[in-house]
Amino acid sequence: MKKRLLIILVFVLAWAGTASLAQDDVFRVAALMPSAINDLAFSQSMYDGLTAVQNELGAEAFQFDVQDSTYIVDDAAVALRDWAASGDYQLVIAHGSQYGPIVEELASEFTDVSFAWGTRQDTFGMDNVYSYAAASDEGGYFNGVLAAHLTESRVIGLVGPIEVGDGKLYADGFANGVASVDPDIDVNIVFIGSFSDVPLATEAAETHIANGADILTGTAQMVVGPIAAAKENDVLWFGSDSSQDELSGDIGVAFQIYKWDVLLLDMIRKIGEGDLGGEYYVLTLENEGLVMEFDQDFEISDELMAVAEETIAGIVSGEIVPIPAMDDDMAEESEEEDDGEDSED
Amino acid sequence: MIVALVLALLVASVLLLALNANPLEAYAAMWEGAAGKENATAETLVKATPILFVGIGITIAFRGGMINIGGEGQMIAGALAGVTIALILGEMRVPPELAKEKGAFDLIIVTCSLIGGFLAGALYGGLAGFLKAYFDVNEILSTIMLNQIAVQMMNFLLNGILLDPAEAGVNNIPKTARLVTAAQLPRLSLPIGDPHLFARTRLHWGLIIAIVLAVIIYIFLWRTSLGYRIRAVGENQRASSYAGINVKRQMMFSMFLAGGFAGLAGVVQVLGLQYRLQTDGSPAGFTGAAGFNGIVAALFGGLNPIGAIPAAAFFGGLLVGAQKMQRELGVPASLITAVNGLIVVFVVSSEIFILQRSKRRVSLQETPDNLGSGGGKPADRASPDEGSG
Amino acid sequence: MELDAIFTASVFASAIRLATPYIFAALGETFAQRSGVLNLGVDGMMLMGAFTGFYAVFITQQEGTLSEPLSLLFGVLIALIVGGLMGLAMAFVSVTLKAKQGISGIGVYLFGLGLSELLFQQWVGTPKSVSGFPRITFPYLSDIPVLGQIFFHHNLLVYVAFALVPISAFVLNRTTFGLMIRAVGQNPEAADAMGVSVARVRYATTTIGGMLAGLAGASLSIALINLFQQNLTAGQGFIAVALVYFGGWRPWAVAAGAMLFSFVNALQLQIKVIGLDIPSEFAVMAPYVITIIALVFASKRQEQPTALTKPYERGE
Repeated sequence: MKKRLLIILVFVLAWAGTASLAQDDVFRVAALMPSAINDLAFSQSMYDGLTAVQNELGAEAFQFDVQDSTYIVDDAAVALRDWAASGDYQLVIAHGSQYGPIVEELASEFTDVSFAWGTRQDTFGMDNVYSYAAASDEGGYFNGVLAAHLTESRVIGLVGPIEVGDGKLYADGFANGVASVDPDIDVNIVFIGSFSDVPLATEAAETHIANGADILTGTAQMVVGPIAAAKENDVLWFGSDSSQDELSGDIGVAFQIYKWDVLLLDMIRKIGEGDLGGEYYVLTLENEGLVMEFDQDFEISDELMAVAEETIAGIVSGEIVPIPAMDDDMAEESEEEDDGEDSED
Repeated sequence: MIVALVLALLVASVLLLALNANPLEAYAAMWEGAAGKENATAETLVKATPILFVGIGITIAFRGGMINIGGEGQMIAGALAGVTIALILGEMRVPPELAKEKGAFDLIIVTCSLIGGFLAGALYGGLAGFLKAYFDVNEILSTIMLNQIAVQMMNFLLNGILLDPAEAGVNNIPKTARLVTAAQLPRLSLPIGDPHLFARTRLHWGLIIAIVLAVIIYIFLWRTSLGYRIRAVGENQRASSYAGINVKRQMMFSMFLAGGFAGLAGVVQVLGLQYRLQTDGSPAGFTGAAGFNGIVAALFGGLNPIGAIPAAAFFGGLLVGAQKMQRELGVPASLITAVNGLIVVFVVSSEIFILQRSKRRVSLQETPDNLGSGGGKPADRASPDEGSG
Repeated sequence: MELDAIFTASVFASAIRLATPYIFAALGETFAQRSGVLNLGVDGMMLMGAFTGFYAVFITQQEGTLSEPLSLLFGVLIALIVGGLMGLAMAFVSVTLKAKQGISGIGVYLFGLGLSELLFQQWVGTPKSVSGFPRITFPYLSDIPVLGQIFFHHNLLVYVAFALVPISAFVLNRTTFGLMIRAVGQNPEAADAMGVSVARVRYATTTIGGMLAGLAGASLSIALINLFQQNLTAGQGFIAVALVYFGGWRPWAVAAGAMLFSFVNALQLQIKVIGLDIPSEFAVMAPYVITIIALVFASKRQEQPTALTKPYERGE
């Protein structure tokens, strides 16, 4: 055991010697993403965040490299290791919760490179790992409240990828948001079992509409299909992760946008001060890492605007808790209750 | 073969130029990413390992006249069984305080997991063979369908009973708990230099297992009567039947073995590399498409397990190098997908020229003749020797 | 008890939409396989057809160079041409160069997958939508309860796909061309002896297969979804190949297989929407399981074209 540690130490020292050569005043970040940087969803949110940081700090002070579409989990290990070992980057970002175990391993080997990964609140107890998450239940709740006010058919459809992570968090928050306005409104939830199957996601949206939904929402990169279906059928759309304004045309209502630049700037400052990690960040409405944006084409009434502002204020102040008692199994139970109501109809 | 590669690279160069990238720089980056440094070479071999396992299995299936497109599903089946066994035995045989003990190795856990993975993959592959033999269900159809079923089964189990207890919150990632150290395949290093070559890389013993098995399967196919029977069925079902070979049983058996090797690929990925089974919900998220790449490697290797070794290494390097190219030059990885496709097409197309040369010598009709024609009719004409070098 | 909540008219309509790309692609593959060529590259051809068809419509609509109906027809034309060219390439590789068909098909698939994504990234970038083929409302017919909803609310390409089923069956079974295709696939020597050019027939069928695969892709990108994204088809081309085997190389049965598969898929979506408590993973795998089971019990023992996957060499 000690021998292995020693080897790592020697290696790290030897490597640190060469690494310092590459560094100048530029802060360099490398980021790995599971889908395309322009997917209008999760990966794009990080790319936009990095771009925003660069605009803020200037290209002479901040540069970043990305590898996108790395959905093969093991490929991530190759890229992340290559970046960490190159010594060219002060911060290596693994943007996807599936990359966590890889970060855990690399961080113990490359102790003077700072790593960041998400979305998860877990730094593995290491001093050179930041982790980040988004309270996507907050935006989900907000969207749910608005959707509940806008629905006339009293049926709302949600298309999600697989029933885990951010997608599930958003779905639970959304359902609770709707229920807070009127528990009798149906929220039909379909997880299609894939992040990328656009045809199936499209047909899931059509099925929602056929079952009376006049509002749709959803997460992950395959929602471009449901957005198109919503457009075709003139049904309203609520989105998450990135702005889908460009695609949604006049059926978009509101988008929950992840502003990763908020936490990236803070991370960069800390790394500059020598703090390589050990903390986790959560984007919330309160710290303005989550921003609710209305679609440009959506004409919002004063009444609804008041509801929107009230909801955000409530979530920020802690008066509204999007998913009560997240720590235990309550969230799951409440979901089961929802299911029960649906099948009674 | 070489001409085909050069041709593919020429087309790639045109595409690169269209993307305003310097092709020479791009290939240099690719080479660096695939074989430039110790770690790059190791990653190439790491990538090649599952491709080789699958490739060996595909070789057996194709030699037996079965088109097995089910490598992905069989890998998943193997990984699911293997990780379950490793987790259970790990809990039984290793006290919690020793779970992370460095350098621990438990032969029983590892062996049982590998065998379990092999058997699970074999049964999953054998199912397609069974359906083909007794219900005339085409194996292309059934294996494509079984791939999708396996993925959903994996998602179900990883979100259910196999879910890492530490993940049992709301925001869970579909993955199992981490294996105890004793259940992991050790890393591999060569006693060259100091520190040893590959000592600081992810290279693991899975590679050695695969290479040894490749040799064993070569001997099996060409030096044993069982292997002969498999090849005989692949070459001519009717004649084999006349010769007293139980064709149905051989079909099942070759799919059983093919599935078993894909299963090994899956369990070795878990035991040797990731130390847990995890996915992003898509098939390739876990398998890395090795189930498909293995088919390509098998055919490049001339449907010979020994030939599959360099073929797998070549494809491993291509895939790993492509990533480097993307990082260095910002060239989209999709370009490499397209070029890989071209390489495959060009290389299989160039076989006709190799064939014409070899025809002047007496050609040995080694390649299965009715590959994929399951109708059971005799080849009613002189079959073209798809002879592969 | 909830049967009428599950088997709604919309589920049948949904199944018809889902089946459309499968029918195009599988019918095309039927022609190719009947003549003895296994084209495993269907998915790549679909992707290229989907992208190029989409792009043609996207550009012409954005720049206003063509009116909407014309731009859509232009998109279809481009998808047919691109698919056809890929089919032609596949024919060259497998007929003239006599390459192994299974493997060259996988090469064609990878090529189409990569190139369509590359072009999309370079020329379009982020997902953008076009106004695709509109749903047609038929006077009177569309208003018929239930039947109207199931059959008379679709876009043009859906009807084209279903119209191709009897046409394909007619061509294969009742025309000289069809006879030539079957002869070449069943007994190329005899066909050759009767003066039928094996190579020419196979070139024709594989090109037709490619064109229909391109159209299958376009039916997604400019009629059913109206946008393009990387790997838009999500493996549908492989399912289409499987459906050809399912249908025993007969157009009607192939289409029936496509309908069965799509119907179970539509059903699993409906079941989830109305909130029945079954694990979503089992719902997603249902179409695949049921297709296999159906085949086990159907047990039609259809003979596959004898010369499938076998390049033809003239005895010298």
